[in-house]
Amino acid sequence: MEDAILQYIRSEYLEDDDEVELTARTPLISSGIVDSFSMVSLKRFLERKYQISIPDDEASAEAFDTVASIARVVRKHQGA
Amino acid sequence: MAYPGTIQTAYQRELKSLRDQGLYKEERYIHSPQASTIVVEYPSGADLKSVINLCANNYLGMSSHPEVIAAAHRALDERGYGLSSVRFICGTQDIHRALEQALTAFLGTEDTILFPSCLDANAGVFEAVLGPEDVIISDRLVHASIVDGIRLCKAQTDTYKHANMEHLEQKLIEHQDKRARLIVTDGVFSMDGDLAPLDRICALAEQHHAMVFVDDSHATGFIGKTGRGTHEQCGVEGRIDIITTTLGKAMGGASGGCVSGRKEIVELCRQRARPYLFSNTMAPPLVAGGLKVLEILSRSTERRDTLERNQRFWRKGLTEAGFVIKEGESPIVPVMLFNAKLSQDVARDLYAEGIYVIGFFFPVVPQGQARIRTQLSADHDLPMLERALEAFRRVGAKYGILGLDKKGIVERYGA
Repeated sequence: MEDAILQYIRSEYLEDDDEVELTARTPLISSGIVDSFSMVSLKRFLERKYQISIPDDEASAEAFDTVASIARVVRKHQGA
Repeated sequence: MAYPGTIQTAYQRELKSLRDQGLYKEERYIHSPQASTIVVEYPSGADLKSVINLCANNYLGMSSHPEVIAAAHRALDERGYGLSSVRFICGTQDIHRALEQALTAFLGTEDTILFPSCLDANAGVFEAVLGPEDVIISDRLVHASIVDGIRLCKAQTDTYKHANMEHLEQKLIEHQDKRARLIVTDGVFSMDGDLAPLDRICALAEQHHAMVFVDDSHATGFIGKTGRGTHEQCGVEGRIDIITTTLGKAMGGASGGCVSGRKEIVELCRQRARPYLFSNTMAPPLVAGGLKVLEILSRSTERRDTLERNQRFWRKGLTEAGFVIKEGESPIVPVMLFNAKLSQDVARDLYAEGIYVIGFFFPVVPQGQARIRTQLSADHDLPMLERALEAFRRVGAKYGILGLDKKGIVERYGA
């Protein structure tokens, strides 16, 4: 799952000439790779791909700051 | 008194943190009218210093234009200082409607509604015309006031990579199921000075049945052959559904903004846009000043032509000196330094040389993209710009960055 999310973030948010090393622990929002306003497409991607619904208050800048923490949110809702 | 000590301590901690991170903004007191040369007190209490101003949005030099000042004086005598009302109660004078009509003619749209500022226009327009069944697809680098306006609206939102038309098209296809799609972009982007590819945006909009919104605050008055804006430059007059722009930059620089475009959209704003309904009308002297600016700009393109000459001279001079600049066609010319501290050091040294510029760094611009944003004006003359170039060369040489590319500067100073 982490790999699929990483791949989406690379294609959705990074430019071809960006030399950012992206791992599951790279800060996304606090580092400016994903701005909080553009986060909405990431949430939509996760909901579609994993057939879940994430409440807005759980899609916070903190919860979405790394791929590892995003995957935790997704798994929680998959199990629900 | 209900200002608990715990809250006060928390606020003080936040302010200290801003200072510690170097993010604390300080005002610089200017003791002269806005112009290409200004008299500055900085830091507070220091001796006054006359400096060449390269950071104002006074693109056409209209902020202190004698005809504009005289028109504002006349309106002050004939129409008063203020109106103490919102527009629809008793805050609309004949000159307000005249300014709306003059802006409509200048921008080549169907109708126009004035707002206290363009920030207010952007805050009000989206909510007035879009609802939950619609989607707003915006460029990722649009101005903060657009982001705020979109957040106030119930429409769904999405964004596309800056000026990336493939990505925009992908989003337009993805949102075909929505009632309305609105593409949102700045005409000229304020931090990079680049122009939105409005010709390609309009083509995609027509192909995928979307409306187009452009904030032309950094373009109205000087971009395009007769200064009508980015839509003129890109040859898409009449194809932009909503233009928002400001009177607070090239158009006299006082304040006031507008939504201009399809007549139904303007009419809906007059009924529903909250900053129009609940904030004061524009003061008569500012309205008359705006009318005079439009009259001057409609008379001759001399000022925008001078501005174009100045920005070409400046871009060429900086490039030949060995600086890395953002390529473009606008009078916003960012000198790229990449490192935040370097941008502050260079700005400080330039001030000592009599050149007033500001360094910008994250979070105002992306991480590792620190820069000095220089802005040209029709009020600059070539000897003045040559003096500024000499100062840039001296300071650039001091830091050893002349002739270095991005990689070279980053290797030396870090990103």
